Amino acid sequence: MPPEPTADALVELARGVRARDKASISRALNLVEDRRTSARSSVGTLLGALRDDAPRGTRVGLTGPPGVGKSSLAAALAREIRRTGRSVGIVAIDPSSVRSGGSLLGDRARMGFDPTDTSLFVRSLATGGEAGGLSWSTPAAVHVLAAAYDVVLVETTGVGQTETDVRHVADTVVLVIQPGSGDVLQFLKAGVMEIPDVIAVNKADHEALARRALADLRGALHSLSVVGVGRELPLVATSASTNLGVDALVAAIDTHREALAPTLAAHRAEGEAAWTTHLFVRLHGEHGVATLGGRAELARHVRDALATDAAPLAVAALSARYLAALSN
Amino acid sequence: MSEPKRDRPWIMRTYAGHSTAKASNELYRTNLAKGQTGLSVAFDLPTQTGYDSDHPLARGEVGKVGVPVCHLGDMRTLFDGLPLERMNTSMTINATAPWLLALYVALAEERGENVAELRGTTQNDLVKEYLSRGTYVFAPGPSLKLTTDVVAFTVEKVPSWNPTNVCSYHLQEAGATPVQELAYALSTAIALLDATRTRVSPEIFPEVVGRISFFVNAGIRFVEELCKMRAFTELWERICRDRYGVTDEKLSRFRYGVQVNSLGLTEPQPENNIVRIVLEMLAVTLSKDARARAVQLPAWNEALGLPRPWDQQWSLRAQQILAFETDLLEHADLFTGSVVVEREVKALIDAAWAEVEEIERRGGVIQAVETGYLKQRLVESNAARLARIERGEQIVVGVNKYQESEPSPLVENLDEAILTVDASVEAEQIAGLNAWRQARDAGKVEASLRALKDAASKGDNVMPASIAAAHAGVTTGEWAAALREVFGEYRAPTGVAGATMPSGASDVERVATLRQTLDGLQTRLGRRPKMLVGKPGLDGHSNGAEQIAIKARDVGFDVVYEGIRVTPEQLVASALEEGVHLVGLSILSGSHLVLALDVLERMKEAGLSDVPVVVGGIIPEADAKRLLTAGVARVYTPKDFELSRIMEDLVALVAERDAA
Repeated sequence: MPPEPTADALVELARGVRARDKASISRALNLVEDRRTSARSSVGTLLGALRDDAPRGTRVGLTGPPGVGKSSLAAALAREIRRTGRSVGIVAIDPSSVRSGGSLLGDRARMGFDPTDTSLFVRSLATGGEAGGLSWSTPAAVHVLAAAYDVVLVETTGVGQTETDVRHVADTVVLVIQPGSGDVLQFLKAGVMEIPDVIAVNKADHEALARRALADLRGALHSLSVVGVGRELPLVATSASTNLGVDALVAAIDTHREALAPTLAAHRAEGEAAWTTHLFVRLHGEHGVATLGGRAELARHVRDALATDAAPLAVAALSARYLAALSN
Repeated sequence: MSEPKRDRPWIMRTYAGHSTAKASNELYRTNLAKGQTGLSVAFDLPTQTGYDSDHPLARGEVGKVGVPVCHLGDMRTLFDGLPLERMNTSMTINATAPWLLALYVALAEERGENVAELRGTTQNDLVKEYLSRGTYVFAPGPSLKLTTDVVAFTVEKVPSWNPTNVCSYHLQEAGATPVQELAYALSTAIALLDATRTRVSPEIFPEVVGRISFFVNAGIRFVEELCKMRAFTELWERICRDRYGVTDEKLSRFRYGVQVNSLGLTEPQPENNIVRIVLEMLAVTLSKDARARAVQLPAWNEALGLPRPWDQQWSLRAQQILAFETDLLEHADLFTGSVVVEREVKALIDAAWAEVEEIERRGGVIQAVETGYLKQRLVESNAARLARIERGEQIVVGVNKYQESEPSPLVENLDEAILTVDASVEAEQIAGLNAWRQARDAGKVEASLRALKDAASKGDNVMPASIAAAHAGVTTGEWAAALREVFGEYRAPTGVAGATMPSGASDVERVATLRQTLDGLQTRLGRRPKMLVGKPGLDGHSNGAEQIAIKARDVGFDVVYEGIRVTPEQLVASALEEGVHLVGLSILSGSHLVLALDVLERMKEAGLSDVPVVVGGIIPEADAKRLLTAGVARVYTPKDFELSRIMEDLVALVAERDAA
């Protein structure tokens, strides 16, 4: 087992991350994935050292049901963003097997990137038994990549409460659906999914199909807004295979991010708090909430913890408080 | 008593080609002199995937699994002294089939031979490339278009040519059951004919149906395989009649060639393979009513490396003994009226037809490829097969039973018991290619490539433009690059993510122990052990890599699997970015030395020299030693059939590295 890195080594590692040195970024990601108690202070030091740089990267979440082509669209998006001269980091998340804990992280090769591109980085993460569509270390991984790259794309598994989860780590959430997929609208209507910031209708491989898909979706969204659920949303028809509409999707993402700019810090703080609460409840259940004095008290504990630690470390701090309260 | 009337024997071929066009030409001449009646050209992987010999991806692959053909000059050398009008030439070529046929036609034209008289086969079936063999270039849509271009061209201009050979062979190699083999091959033929029907006139369409031929596998369960061929024959007649309205017996006959099973050939006690090969041949020759039109047999030592001419001769002699010494060809069909055979055939027909209808419900074979349905079913069947062998339920003599053996004189000197391709071949081929490029008219080349792109983007048949390009001196890489520009490049679904592993009874304990060990390692390492499974080079035979990836996931690794045709550079970038604890490479084309050493070197440069690298493939012992000396942690060959044992090894490697 390697010894814990010294504070100097961690500062050096943070410097490497900022300089987009791939070996450093990879090591930093390995570290934030480390769930040993002994790694916590190192993770804290590293994330702290990157905190000032992390706001730089725009964080985009890609979510949607399995089979809509999220990976291909993520690849097309990354290529388009690289074309505009910005650097890109990708976190691609796949489910872990319930039986073995293992996983197959299969999509990176289909992205077909140039291995010599120093401004592009892909890390696959397994959900590791988390119920939602993200893995435990996703917020920290996003934090690391956002210190190095202009745009961070988070591609979720598309199962479970993905869309809700990804909102906590993303500035802009893109919901990817297929033409004529009425299910998604049913979800929106039922309030299972929060309303995303942009909807991409993928696999609109030619103009006519794209026009029809958009018209269908507009009609459906309109009927939602009549019953008071929907709102005006940017809709973009895309095709990862023909590259149709990918530039328009990048533009829609950029527009949303610009509009968000004045409240970005608050938005992110809210996301971190929600994520931390979410993880805490998942770990300790309603009993944990009650032990810490109910929802309102928990919210105060979360604020406290986040004042010193970044998510997901704050969860560890909260767990400690919970355990202390239990033994009292 | 008068001599009994004998049937005409099938065409006898040997799948051959290696090193250079010149060396392969010599091989063809000797094979024909030995009584072989047709040629079967093996192309190297760069030629099959549309790269010139000097392309970076071609490194280490030139002349390895077949002959490199970069231009018309190579084609001239390959068929030097062999009159094309009198040959029956089968080409194992798919994504670049229109181009290799164009070179063949161009050669006939410049020699003044009659193109309409050419006989032979272009394999030209992309579906099985996505599912098993991996030499596709374009997406299913454009691939189907190019296939039908060849069909439409030959039906009109080269009427005796078999433009496409729908392959179930490779499906069995990928693990298909007989029912799957029947259903997937027939569904492929349906997709092809449906697509061609809209492109040719209704009068000529029955002829098109009549030109569709098949390339089938025959495994060791030879009674079932014999019944499978009879089932194929009946089902094809049914499809021709009911779907396409073709009732002419000559046009609706199930015409097929065979290469018998290579999957079941063993590395231990390899001499036993000749027995397996002969039994498998019986399945496709005994029934007169469903007899193969052409047979090629593998060599006894294919699991060890590339066969030598003597090894191939032994297989050819087996065919000749059956056809000429025995009385087989004197009799009518042996099984008509057999209760057992008829019952088995009917069972296969019913099950296969249900699966054909299932694929139809899923929108046809192309759709079923794109959604990964077919690939996933095959990966599952193969996993089940390997599990049966591992548990000893399926006996493989010399492998999981009767392993004790006297030393075999045939493999006393193992490194001389296979063919090795001289390392100088690649440089020689590239020198020839450069000279060719220098000597041609650059203006003509450019104009013909423009015309080709134009035809492709307008949806015209690419054959006339390809033949013109062949005459102008265009190279294989240039032809494919032009079409890549128009159609783009495709990566097929790997089929591993959704596949489930059957939980085998006797394996449960080992797997449970492995899972515990990996859970323990996760606690110690802080994160779950992560492994990269990669297939560097152009070799597309991904079955082994897929099985390793699924098994590793099932014992608890996080597995990054990248699919086929990845460069060493990409692999190392992935290893670095993904933070893996272990790298596994699978290479079956014989280029393991060049590729694995390249990966090791690049890993060192990237600061990853502490990450263990293991290599699996058809790797001769001497090469294995070199790899181990160079720093490869483990080498696995076909004799390592126990996936659980390999997993135990891999877990130990990760643990060792952690302890170090």
